Amino acid sequence: MSASVHGSGRGRRMARWLILILVMGYLLVPLLSMVEFSTRGPKGSDGSYTRTAEYWIAITQNDELIGTIFLNLGIALLTVLGMVALLVTTMTWSYLRVPRMRRVIEFLCLLPLAIPAVVLVVGIAPIYRELRVNISSSPLLLSLVYLVLVLPYAYRSIDGGLRSVDVNTLADAARSLGAGWARVMFQIIFPNIRTAILGASVLSVALVLGEYTISSLLSYRTFQVVIYAIGKRDGSIAVAVSFAALLFVFVLLIVIARFGGGRSGAQAAEED
Amino acid sequence: MTQPAGTPATSGVPAGGPGTGLAPSEAGGRRPRRISPYVGLLPFFIYISIFLLLPTLIVVVGAFQDAAGSFTMANIEAVFADPAYRDAFGRSIQLSITTAIAGAFLGALLAWAVAGGNPGGWLRQSVIAASGVLAQFGGVMLAFAFLATFGFGGMLTGVFEDILGKESALGSGNWLYSMIGLTIVYTFFQIPLMLIVFLPSIDGLRQEWWDASASLGGSTWSYWRHIAGPMLAPTFLGATLLLFTNAFAAYATAAALISQGSPLITLQIRRAMTSEVILGQENVGKALALGMIVIVSVVMLAYIVVQRRTSKWMR
Repeated sequence: MSASVHGSGRGRRMARWLILILVMGYLLVPLLSMVEFSTRGPKGSDGSYTRTAEYWIAITQNDELIGTIFLNLGIALLTVLGMVALLVTTMTWSYLRVPRMRRVIEFLCLLPLAIPAVVLVVGIAPIYRELRVNISSSPLLLSLVYLVLVLPYAYRSIDGGLRSVDVNTLADAARSLGAGWARVMFQIIFPNIRTAILGASVLSVALVLGEYTISSLLSYRTFQVVIYAIGKRDGSIAVAVSFAALLFVFVLLIVIARFGGGRSGAQAAEED
Repeated sequence: MTQPAGTPATSGVPAGGPGTGLAPSEAGGRRPRRISPYVGLLPFFIYISIFLLLPTLIVVVGAFQDAAGSFTMANIEAVFADPAYRDAFGRSIQLSITTAIAGAFLGALLAWAVAGGNPGGWLRQSVIAASGVLAQFGGVMLAFAFLATFGFGGMLTGVFEDILGKESALGSGNWLYSMIGLTIVYTFFQIPLMLIVFLPSIDGLRQEWWDASASLGGSTWSYWRHIAGPMLAPTFLGATLLLFTNAFAAYATAAALISQGSPLITLQIRRAMTSEVILGQENVGKALALGMIVIVSVVMLAYIVVQRRTSKWMR
């Protein structure tokens, strides 16, 4: 490579790799430790640990754990549905019909960034107390508050999608052919921003799977709350589940990056 | 669904239709009275009011109320008077500053190193995806990662034990629960966040600037000192502020690591929410939460100011 904007020459190449190794080392060592820690068997005759898959197998046999994984996936599904039903429709509608309100919607969607989850939970606890008494004590109701947490991430993804297609031209074309607004939104605009919707959905799923602050302080037994509780009794299983969950979210994000940037993925394949 | 273009506008019925999504076309000057398109935003605003604005209001108002609901300054005074709260705020701010600066520098270096690679390559995509996981979705799981590394029986604790002995600080696995341990753990999730925030601006550096600098005889140093540095400085500052709020608001990792004692403000809020309330201090948790809102808001305002200048500059 010739001199590039980021530097060139052997010295800079070495600096780049040195940084990659050191900083990535900082980031990777704890993750490697998780693998090491969760595969430890009893100490062998030479004083080092033997390796076992016992704790990884134990994950599949822990009914409470499996149950909360499905519970969290259920909450995630509801959150995603709510995100599409409420946020995507509202944002599309504001782009099409009330562009004046776009700034207000943006402000409200980014507002959760200024209100930490631990603060939100203080204010929302009385509301959930009412919900529990009057409506249901199901943890699935957590999706209502999770939608708030998801807003800033989802907003950026959807906004990017809406900006990248010419929403108004599409709408005008469809309207001139006799389509109603509902049809314009659901059959014309939504398919055109499906990558953005998918991206927002994946971020929502990742966020719901990892959420601990609100569920634990509202005393719901979600995935992370159970991992924490298991960790009190048996660190090895908790570490194994944690690593598996981090890996799962990582794969989700890789897939979405490959899928979302289809062209760049193909480019990479050519260049590799 | 929509009215045909020729529908007489004099039908007299307010033709909004059952849903606002079905409002008739604007085409054709005369049209029947219909529901304003603003109504379509109503569900969103109702939802936001109940689950975002109302909780915020409950915190802000509750901070100034006693158990009976009448006005009092006692909660706010308690926050300032009690050394436990004051220290928790102080430690949280200090931890956030330290890890924001450390994370900003290390994350920027990492972004620079990653930006040089192939834009669609596996290294870059994996680093970005991994950063997303570690920065935003780690929480409790990160605590377990560090327990497996530096905790009792952790992988590196074993190594330290062999080298330094069981009595040494690093070999005992105790330091993880101290402020130094929290600093290491927090920096761990600040670096990836910095990468995500900062990488786009490094990508924004143009080849022509480097070429122009080089063709005028500029060295690498002068390029960074006079061109790339000033270009990136506002984004860097903005990102550092963002990292501050990120650390300040972080709860899950610290809560999972530290189950006894409440050195940080977020953990003080946990204590206020979960333990028996002291008579007359029912709403101190709300006052603590209000304190967090104030600090985060100030930093976010600074961030917005920096951000405005950045976008002006980038145009």
